[in-house]
Amino acid sequence: MTYGFSPLTICLALLAAWCIVALAGLVRPRSIAFVAWTLFPLGALCGTGLTVVAAMSLGQSPEQLVLPIGLPDLPVHLRLDGLSSVFLFLLGAASTGISIFAAGYFRRGEGAAPGLLCLQYHLFLASMGFVFLADDAYAFMLAWETMALSSYFLVTTQHGIAEIRDAGFLYLLMAHLGAIAILLSFGVLQGGSWHFTFDAMRAAHLDSGWAIVAFCLALIGFGTKAGLVPLHVWLPEAHPAAPSPVSALMSGVMLKTALYGIIRVSFDLLGQPAWWLGLVPIGLGLFSALYGVVFAAAQTDMKRLLAYSSIENVGILFTGLGLAIVFAGSGMRSAAALTLIAVLYHAINHAFMKSLLFMGTGAVLHATGERNLGRLGGLIHRMPWVAWLMLIGVLALAGLPPLNGFVSEWLLLQSFLFAYGVPHPFINMLLPLGAALLALAAALAAYVMVKFFGVIFLGQPREPSLRQAHDAGFAERAGLGVLALACVLFGLFPSTIIAYLSVVTRQLGLGGLAAGNAPWWLLVPIPERQSSYAPLVFFTVILAVVVLAIANVRIFYHQRVRKGPAWDCGFGELNSRMQDTAEGFGQPIRHLFQPLFDIVRELPSPFDSAPRYRLVIGDRMWRHLYQPVGPMVRRVADKVAWLQQGRIATYLLYSFVTLVVLLALML
Amino acid sequence: MNPFDWLVQLLGIALALIAAPVFLGWVNKCRAWLQNRSAPSVWLPYRGIRKLFHKEAVIAENASRLFRLAPYVVFGAMVTAAAIIPSIATRLPITQAADAIALVGLLATARVFLSLAAMDVGTAFGTLGARREMMIGFLAEPALLVVIFVVSLACATTALPMIAERLSAQALSLTPSLAFTAVAFTMVLLAENARIPVDNPATHLELTMIHEALLLEYSARHLALMEWAAALKLFNYACIGFAVFIPWGISTGNSATSLAESVALLGVKLLVAGFGLAFIETVSAKLRVFRAPEFLATAFLFAVLGLLVRLLLGS
Repeated sequence: MTYGFSPLTICLALLAAWCIVALAGLVRPRSIAFVAWTLFPLGALCGTGLTVVAAMSLGQSPEQLVLPIGLPDLPVHLRLDGLSSVFLFLLGAASTGISIFAAGYFRRGEGAAPGLLCLQYHLFLASMGFVFLADDAYAFMLAWETMALSSYFLVTTQHGIAEIRDAGFLYLLMAHLGAIAILLSFGVLQGGSWHFTFDAMRAAHLDSGWAIVAFCLALIGFGTKAGLVPLHVWLPEAHPAAPSPVSALMSGVMLKTALYGIIRVSFDLLGQPAWWLGLVPIGLGLFSALYGVVFAAAQTDMKRLLAYSSIENVGILFTGLGLAIVFAGSGMRSAAALTLIAVLYHAINHAFMKSLLFMGTGAVLHATGERNLGRLGGLIHRMPWVAWLMLIGVLALAGLPPLNGFVSEWLLLQSFLFAYGVPHPFINMLLPLGAALLALAAALAAYVMVKFFGVIFLGQPREPSLRQAHDAGFAERAGLGVLALACVLFGLFPSTIIAYLSVVTRQLGLGGLAAGNAPWWLLVPIPERQSSYAPLVFFTVILAVVVLAIANVRIFYHQRVRKGPAWDCGFGELNSRMQDTAEGFGQPIRHLFQPLFDIVRELPSPFDSAPRYRLVIGDRMWRHLYQPVGPMVRRVADKVAWLQQGRIATYLLYSFVTLVVLLALML
Repeated sequence: MNPFDWLVQLLGIALALIAAPVFLGWVNKCRAWLQNRSAPSVWLPYRGIRKLFHKEAVIAENASRLFRLAPYVVFGAMVTAAAIIPSIATRLPITQAADAIALVGLLATARVFLSLAAMDVGTAFGTLGARREMMIGFLAEPALLVVIFVVSLACATTALPMIAERLSAQALSLTPSLAFTAVAFTMVLLAENARIPVDNPATHLELTMIHEALLLEYSARHLALMEWAAALKLFNYACIGFAVFIPWGISTGNSATSLAESVALLGVKLLVAGFGLAFIETVSAKLRVFRAPEFLATAFLFAVLGLLVRLLLGS
């Protein structure tokens, strides 16, 4: 080390700084000036530091550290390798933008005291950082549970509202079910050595049966956290319930901890799972992607819409992960490396774009007090900063070039094209069809994003009160700006970022991508295929044509413009109720994908004096998979209650029988 | 990169800009012939664009900057697409900037801006058009991507110039997988360019239109750019089709004679394709909007069939 401190110790110091900032919130919990204008910017500074350190440590060899804290004989093991660095970078970069935004956002102090929010928020950040650094099961689970608990309190900030309490409870319940599965998975992974460090798990070579059990448990546990369908039910409830910066953090970063976990288990701890195990995440992932995006298209609440879109993106990430497992297990290492790079790239991209959009909805919520898309509209005039910054996020999430969302989708589609080379009959024919489904999900995402942006920001205001809406404050704009800039940069310089991400695949034993001799601005992931993408050239050409067109029009023609009332085919008397509502815009999707929805609809009759239209869209999974669980538990409990006779003699008999049975077992 | 390549690149862009409205005029002329109407001049689209550029723009009072920016972005995207698609030569500087998948993304960018601009004024028809356009878009895009997958499996690349080169090196033959995908591609072309079974370019009947509904609030130079972009889009789709299905004759070297040959052949291909398009439009009737998904699902199915045939038979 040239500079005295190793990256791991600096990361630890920064995470500790987050903890200190968290505790400092309790010093003057009610002072908005202190919490918002001192502590949150400090937190953002730590985030920036973490970003820089993580990026710099990416090229270095893994580094371990044992901290003698915790229970006797159970020290905390920490490790910083390429995979951890990438996710720490994601955490640092996204939290920088979110913390700056939060400094402006929490100024009114909604629900709990701002100091308390500061405590939970920074603990949440630090615990996610520790998840990425943990190198033994104890430390991992400790960080994991701290993350779940701190985010639970953040979700239930406005605990006065019954729905939010319900959402919080559901979240906590699902989080713990997931945690149990992860714990069991670690239990299997230690392979009889009874050492729970990750090193011991790497050394333990499980036989194939136990490897399958470990992988499936990990998939259930991390899939629950990530919101993989059918384990997703908590996500569209919990994410919208939280204050917007927290929603941003949960959707943008917390879902990625689950991705980190599953990559860590499948590529590092297990070594290499059997290739066909990858088919499970591919199937679930594709289903989640389509399910999420179809439901997003039908939503009328802007934060729920984004939450469902997160389910879609989690689906895309898990599809990629499954594909990487299939490739790695079939000996196609460079294809596996490409796929895994695409997954990591998409994880970072999604963190930026989804955080940006969630924060934007927060700004809209503050300005208008309205979350329902049906009561918004025309805000681009009142909130130009938020609107234009969010347009970047919207275009990125819609997967359009030259922004970042497109790059990772492009890489993933490229890797899907390798699938026909998989040496397993039939599977190599089914997998390219997966690419078609992925393309469908991506195209639907564009539909959803046009709906989202168009209904909120374009058109006429649907409520008179919207004319008083005000643009976001300076801190909020800055926070949005940081993430929008990240979206643009990650879209324009993919080769640089992929070179960094190759470090991870090399450390995981998949090898990096072949270097080729492409210049830095040209992305050619597989040189022999010659498929190339150069967003910078692309962007320059479009920009040049746009500028030339504007200049030509100005030089050769006049630029007279007259403002007049909208034409609308000459119907006149235009009012805001004639625009599509959110329900209206989602109608083709409801029509096409009807079997997925649980629709309750009240139509007005033609003779109603006050016509009223009501539409409730439910999740079939909730009714068919989750609702029966409650009565079932009750029935089982009723049966078990028979044991409780209420007479001491019976209970003594139970004790006696138990003792006899135990003695029999011992002897 | 030598200067000659850049010259050819600029020539290709200029050719696209000039030929696109004429191609549209040619399709309209053929359609009029086939329908026993007296045909307008092929130069009519030009005159329309020129007239529009001279007019004073009227913009709705509550239009935002996005509304005024969108025509330029859509036009820019279409010109960029024309620069990327190998129409007359394959070894061009800008073609490297995007492969076929990125090209689909570029076309999607144009579509999203068009739809957002249509929603900007907040009229009933604008939002209706945007909704329908995005619906057609999300159905057509996967079909188009599967078409590209099939071809890229055959050529082991997704770069359009390489696809054109490798296919044109083969003997003139119709493989089953390409036949299926050609049908799918034609259907996508019809849907994406607002042609008859899905949309009617000649109608202004409010409830049936898609593309025209998006442009209702535009006038003068903005409308001219939008119209020009629409013509370019049709031209671009035709050129994608040529590059993928009938690439023979495209210039792969950098000699002036092969280039001249290539331009002449492109003209012939456009004439034939334009007539074919007019023929399809004449013999088919416009579908109800809710039949359009079935039409595009059929296109998707054809493309998937092509993919399966490709994987099963390897041809």
